[in-house]
Amino acid sequence: MIKFLLNGDIHTVENLNPNTTVLSYLRENLHKTGTKEGCAAGDCGACTVVVGELDGEGIRYTHIMSCIALLPTLHGKQLITVEDLKHDGQLHPVQEAMVEYHGSQCGFCTPGFIMSMFALRKNHSAPTRQRIEEELAGNLCRCTGYRPIIDAAVQMYNAPMDDQFTARESETVAQLKSINTQADVSLEGNGYRYFAPTNSKQLSELLLQYPDAHLLAGGTDLGLEITQFLRELETIIYVGNVADMCTIEESDTSYKIGAAVTYTECVHLIEQEYPDFAEIFERLGSTQVRNVGTVGGNVGNASPIGDTPPALIALNAKVYLRKGDSERVIPAEDYFVDYKVAALQESEFIHAIEIPKAQPGYDFRMYKISKRLDDDISASCGAFLLKIEDGRVADVRISFGGLAGIPKRAGNCEKALAGQPWNQATIDQAKLALAQDFTPLTDVRASAAYRLQVSANLLQRCFLEIDQPTVLTRVTHYA
Amino acid sequence: MRKIADLSTVKSVENIKGKTGDSEKHESAHLHVSGEALYVDDRLEFPNQLHVVAGTSTIAHGRIKSMDLAAVRTAEGVVDVITAADVPGQVDIGPVWPGDPILVLDNDVQFYGQALFAVAATSHRLAQQAAKLAKIEYEELEPILDPDVAAAQEHFVRPPHSHRRGDAQAAIAAAPRTLEGSLRVGGQEHYYLEGQVSSVVPTEDGIIEVFTSSQNPSEIAIMVAEVLGVPENKVVAEMRRMGGGFGGKETQAGQWACLAAVLAMKHNRPVKARLSRRDDMCGTGKRHPFSNHYRVGFDDEGQLRGVQMTLNGDAGCSPDLTDAIVDRAMFHSDNAYYLDQAELVGNRCKTHKVSNTAFRGFGGPKGVITIECIMEEIARNVGKDPLDVRKLNLYGIGERNVTHYHQTVENNLLPELIDRLEASSNYRQRREDIKAFNAQSPVLKKGLSLNPVKFGISFTVQHLNQAGALVHIYTDGSIHLNHAGTEMGQGLHTKVAQVVAEEFQVNISKIQVSATRNDKVPNTSPTAASSGADLNGKAAQNAARTIKERLIKFAAEHYKTTEDQVNFRGGRVFVGEKSLPFDDFAMLAYQNRVQLSSTGYYRTPKIHYDRETASGRPFFYFSNGAAVSEVLVDTLTGEYKVLRVDILHDVGRSLNPAIDIGQIEGAFIQGMGWVTTEELVWDKNGRLLSDGAATYKIPAISDTPPEFHVELMSHPNAEDTIYNSKAVGEPPLMLGISVWSAIRDAVSSLSDYRVSPNINAPATPEEVLKGITELQQAQV
Repeated sequence: MIKFLLNGDIHTVENLNPNTTVLSYLRENLHKTGTKEGCAAGDCGACTVVVGELDGEGIRYTHIMSCIALLPTLHGKQLITVEDLKHDGQLHPVQEAMVEYHGSQCGFCTPGFIMSMFALRKNHSAPTRQRIEEELAGNLCRCTGYRPIIDAAVQMYNAPMDDQFTARESETVAQLKSINTQADVSLEGNGYRYFAPTNSKQLSELLLQYPDAHLLAGGTDLGLEITQFLRELETIIYVGNVADMCTIEESDTSYKIGAAVTYTECVHLIEQEYPDFAEIFERLGSTQVRNVGTVGGNVGNASPIGDTPPALIALNAKVYLRKGDSERVIPAEDYFVDYKVAALQESEFIHAIEIPKAQPGYDFRMYKISKRLDDDISASCGAFLLKIEDGRVADVRISFGGLAGIPKRAGNCEKALAGQPWNQATIDQAKLALAQDFTPLTDVRASAAYRLQVSANLLQRCFLEIDQPTVLTRVTHYA
Repeated sequence: MRKIADLSTVKSVENIKGKTGDSEKHESAHLHVSGEALYVDDRLEFPNQLHVVAGTSTIAHGRIKSMDLAAVRTAEGVVDVITAADVPGQVDIGPVWPGDPILVLDNDVQFYGQALFAVAATSHRLAQQAAKLAKIEYEELEPILDPDVAAAQEHFVRPPHSHRRGDAQAAIAAAPRTLEGSLRVGGQEHYYLEGQVSSVVPTEDGIIEVFTSSQNPSEIAIMVAEVLGVPENKVVAEMRRMGGGFGGKETQAGQWACLAAVLAMKHNRPVKARLSRRDDMCGTGKRHPFSNHYRVGFDDEGQLRGVQMTLNGDAGCSPDLTDAIVDRAMFHSDNAYYLDQAELVGNRCKTHKVSNTAFRGFGGPKGVITIECIMEEIARNVGKDPLDVRKLNLYGIGERNVTHYHQTVENNLLPELIDRLEASSNYRQRREDIKAFNAQSPVLKKGLSLNPVKFGISFTVQHLNQAGALVHIYTDGSIHLNHAGTEMGQGLHTKVAQVVAEEFQVNISKIQVSATRNDKVPNTSPTAASSGADLNGKAAQNAARTIKERLIKFAAEHYKTTEDQVNFRGGRVFVGEKSLPFDDFAMLAYQNRVQLSSTGYYRTPKIHYDRETASGRPFFYFSNGAAVSEVLVDTLTGEYKVLRVDILHDVGRSLNPAIDIGQIEGAFIQGMGWVTTEELVWDKNGRLLSDGAATYKIPAISDTPPEFHVELMSHPNAEDTIYNSKAVGEPPLMLGISVWSAIRDAVSSLSDYRVSPNINAPATPEEVLKGITELQQAQV
């Protein structure tokens, strides 16, 4: 049985196919059609809804893509849709601003924008334009060119935010507490099963019992199996409630990030250590995706185009794997075996990923190449860890995503650099060596030739940035 | 019955709210933001609702040897599976010429993703799942996927057409300088946020109601009637609002309405056809890709002496609207410039791809970008700033002002407009600043470009230039407005309501616009060609004026005065100095048996075109504009960012400045997407690989320039258009080309502006880096 809060009432769901998305449940079961389907793939934001979760004695609001979120993951949470914002016949201040500044034309993307703006308004006071763009980059509009939406997002702050959600907050907290989220949750319907264990021991047991089960974290990739490939997943195990996978452990030398920690929850730590890595975080998917997506999931599916693996490999992060009662730790680079094949045994799962903290004397650079700057998948994504001592390359680890069936290290390129003088001649050699490391494919994102050329040029950029820091090298940094 | 006020004296009257020229909010804005605006898929479904999904081909060209649908028929939830043989009437719904069967005919597969059969099931998802279960064997044939290959084989959907003036070949041969080149211009996916959808409900007496997301509900009704084999009066098509159209819901909405209608009629059940994003992207037409080839001759100053151009438009597999689209590309191959001696050939190349269709600009952008490219090449050749070459070649005022299709360019605003924008954007100073920046920045280079647009307004298919409207005044003075145009977000209903508010001098809140329906206003044209407000505004004005004349006549009789003493102001009807509220006057008129309802009609004057001689006046007037874009390009990666955009655009006397600015900004960004990140990619088998938002990248919010200045040039239109406004939907799309030109300008800086880089459209980072690399290698 699943319980969540909808419009002030606890909504109970039983006997439902757990492959049901939040969007289809809203539109088809509840006939609440304000939330729209634009792409059913988490790429356009028309379906954006806001989820309220207990955060101490308050509520934390996050916007998510309802088209790829599975309904049972709402257990213990508050679901807020566009219909809920209008109160006592009055538009919400966010809606008022959108009307006032002509932010809607055809109106189809508008409910999604409204919900992203609502979350923005709840979570940030006086955001910069850059922050507004980050929070709304997952919402596509084909009519306006966005300028009036940006204006509306700025101007919505002129109205006070004592809305009905603030007024009801303590009541909402009490209601959410009344739904017991500490207990294991399951849902069955049409012969399909869903489990949401609350600790990794239970998770281990479930995986031993159902070795073919699909592990669900943010669902930003798995959801596509359901909506794009039209599959019905027989057994789904949700890790988002597994308490010991939702924590971050800090030591003197590392952060151990639970596999169910979202990007949003850990980006601030990454930013302290590796600003370039954090920048890639912010170009990875959209805020809606990062609010639910996890580093564990980004590694877990062993996709060649995940954006965190190149960094994790270059930084020599460790992956903690569990099966039953046993645990083993492998370097991130060993996790990736072949195209979408991971070094996972049957019933084994990723429990955590340990990222070393930045070490003195090392430079870390990371670059992503894509057609569109925001919310696009990399044609090439390169991560460079370098120690330059006395004008020579004392240590080097370089890794690329998008160039092969798996994210992997550029061994020949590293060899061409290691121990060599840090100068253009060495870089030229290393660029040539890079071509020995990868035989990329031509696909919808880029040609093989461009992938190789631009990847070599990213090494050039890395060299320039370290060697001549005054040279401007990134359009994304120019203001 | 309500008591009617007597005539009285009021101290002053206030201006009405929502008159023409006001920045009235979109009529549905409050519904958009609250989720209350209903789109077709939001309509409450019926208990016996069916959903239809098409099963599609997995080859681009060939014949079906066998189609085993047994597993489809027995899948969960499936009620019926149909093929072309089940269509009671005509299978082919080609809007002008045949070529667009709603389900494959005679086993002849013409593109990857073509609908072969249709499944009706109890849910959309079950229908989708079932459609995948078909077992189909094909005999594959070689597909043609490139328009140049098709042109070489004269593999055309329609015969070529030419525009000619003088002797271009001789002029080029005699010119001091010549150059030649080619430009490949990509297509564009509409990516309306709301996919194609139609919902069909059988009622009684064989009448079928079609709720459709379509720019052309009348044509939907015609197509459905033809497919069902029933008269047009048995089909009611209704269209309240689209979640975006951009040309993609002109002809392309028809197939889905027709499939739903065939099944609805067969089973006497409501049937909905809604396309998933992938089915929509693979199965409906896009902007035509073009491959254009040119030879030009010019003098040492850079002024054109002669132009030869061949435009190879990639029609895809059928004619659809391609003839008019390639014609419009040809009509706009001059853009703002006097070509002098000219010879243009437009080929309608047949390829094995989904049939390409209308998209904002309708071929125009493909002509415009080519001549803009030529301007840049000439500028590099003669060593001038491209802006100076552009200005040198502009149509003159009173001379050098006849187009290559022999229409005189009248009321030419561009010289003044460009001068104003050049000054307001500080173009010359920024040019110097950019040169200084580039000199000290080895990796990142800035580029700047000012590009004008001149766009012909009118459908080039003459009979489409007509519209109707229907206006009722009710006894309480509230007004109902219906017209031939459709609302796709462009604010048409708002503008037309402003026209009616202005005519009756009542607040716009008194006016209710209702869904476009072919049983209210029949035989409507598509809402396309930027014509919506021009045509429907005039038709609604005509209807309102008909009623107003009756009211004035009645008031003069009733109050025993002359007609010139009666006028409408500030929500009141004045008879001399005295007045009464409009509401009361409406009741009075009703009680005195004055007809308070009227149709209205409009057809565009002055236009004519003789296709045999390729001459005439195809356009009532031209809309103009110009944009200055500044970009930053990374010469190591080809990445770029737009830093600033300034636009000055001519909308005549604006009906609604906020809506017009919204159209300009939106069109600009859409045009920018077309020439930058929006890349359609097919594999060698003709399968579209860019089939979703993950692989096809329209601009996101962070692509909006951080500095974005848009100004209206508000010269009243010299032609008698609705309140002397000008059409605005399409022309500013071509201003996006200035971003492409600015990228090329930044790359050209690597050659000290001596070479124009070979960068096609879209200028993806890969395309830009290719241009950079070629240019650098040529320098060595």
